[in-house]
Amino acid sequence: MKEKQVFEDDLKKLQKIVEELSGGKLTLGEALKKYEEGINLAESCSQTLQEAERKVESLIKKDGRYTLKEFAEDGEGKD
Amino acid sequence: MPMPLEDKHIYTVSQITQEIGVIFENTFGNGVWVEGEVSNFKAASSGHFYFSLKDSAAVLSAAMFNRANRELKFQLQDGIKVICFGKIDVYGARGQYQMIVEKIEPKGIGARALAFEQLKEKLLKEGLFDSAHKRPLPFMPFSVGVVTSSKGAAIRDILGILKKGAPCVDVVIRSARVQGEGAAQEIAQGIEELNQFNQVDLIIVSRGGGSTEDLWAFNEEVVARAVYNSKIPVISAVGHQINISLCDLVADLFVETPTAAAKIIVDKKNTFLAELDNLRHEMVFSISETISSLKNNLTALRHALKSPLDRLHEKEQLLDDLSAGLSQNMRQLIEITRERASSLIHRLGALSPLAVLSRGYSLSMLMKDESVIKDALRIKPGDRVKTILSNGSFISLVEEVRRNERKTGF
Repeated sequence: MKEKQVFEDDLKKLQKIVEELSGGKLTLGEALKKYEEGINLAESCSQTLQEAERKVESLIKKDGRYTLKEFAEDGEGKD
Repeated sequence: MPMPLEDKHIYTVSQITQEIGVIFENTFGNGVWVEGEVSNFKAASSGHFYFSLKDSAAVLSAAMFNRANRELKFQLQDGIKVICFGKIDVYGARGQYQMIVEKIEPKGIGARALAFEQLKEKLLKEGLFDSAHKRPLPFMPFSVGVVTSSKGAAIRDILGILKKGAPCVDVVIRSARVQGEGAAQEIAQGIEELNQFNQVDLIIVSRGGGSTEDLWAFNEEVVARAVYNSKIPVISAVGHQINISLCDLVADLFVETPTAAAKIIVDKKNTFLAELDNLRHEMVFSISETISSLKNNLTALRHALKSPLDRLHEKEQLLDDLSAGLSQNMRQLIEITRERASSLIHRLGALSPLAVLSRGYSLSMLMKDESVIKDALRIKPGDRVKTILSNGSFISLVEEVRRNERKTGF
């Protein structure tokens, strides 16, 4: 959820930068700064999407509290 | 021929009613099946059902007590044709007989199918399928909750597709039995728990293919309501060929297989990656545009800046051109002047005293003041005189001066 929020915020920022850049009303200094920022945001968003470290867990409720337990991915998860 | 009164067997109302009861008991005691249309249906607050069965010619009162009607899969209502099983009972207090119904089957359609249609109708009226209630799928689900059997094919399919296509997505499995008694309750509870846990962006409710019977849990009201009440968007992915489950109808999106559900997430990821590439290209394009437009401005400015110098150069060139022209003109002028001068000189030459001298005349001057001697009276003997000839001169001493008596011209 947190990851999603960061991604969403970054993407919004990125879209705003792209708009500002295409608006052509920035000074060269501003434009270059925005451009660099935009490229970094695009890079970080892409990285988030291309990350390969997913977690697979089971949700277990015990005594009214939730815990996550690692799920054995070979399809033989216990429970 | 009436018997004498004293010989007759006289029943009390209660006795005869009881007798009738015995006859009914003997005749219908093992239960009978009666077919008819339901009318005057009432569900009492006690939970008992009261209604009538009728056909074109007769009406039979019926009661179904709560103990029996709890098992009823569909909703009893006026107008439906049913087949009831039960006993015929005498209700002495009212002098009536009625059927005590133990079981009811809808006529012509399975109880389950009727129940499904009835429930669907009810949920439709309540607005559970309204498209206005459908939530958009999340921006990009980085965490997906799956309600399904942890041992089933559905979770294996989903994990397989996600691992290959979108390994950035975390999966939280809320295991639930997906068929059999109590499965619907577990599925519903799973959806509720994932909502309470509140750490996934999307819920997939799923099971692999199976018979209509196998998939029945996804048609139950408790599941439909849990999906409807979920704050997190729900994809229903119940493997089926023909029938659409109630879970499908309520869900924000439904697909036919667990694999298809996982592919939606993979597609979303790929769409975003492509979008990011587009944004990157747009930025590169924009910045190039900005730079090239600035370059153009700069060139224009440089032109503007250089222009005074250019103008000076232009003026210099003009000046050069002009001066070239001028000297040309001057030369011509000089030439003309020279020619005129030489012709004048030529003409002058004819008038020159020197020309006269060359014809044998001479010119004499007094040495003392170099004045030309035109008057004989001006010279005296002893004066020195310079005489100029055409090709030289000589100096002489005057011995005598003579004056002409007659005036003559020169």
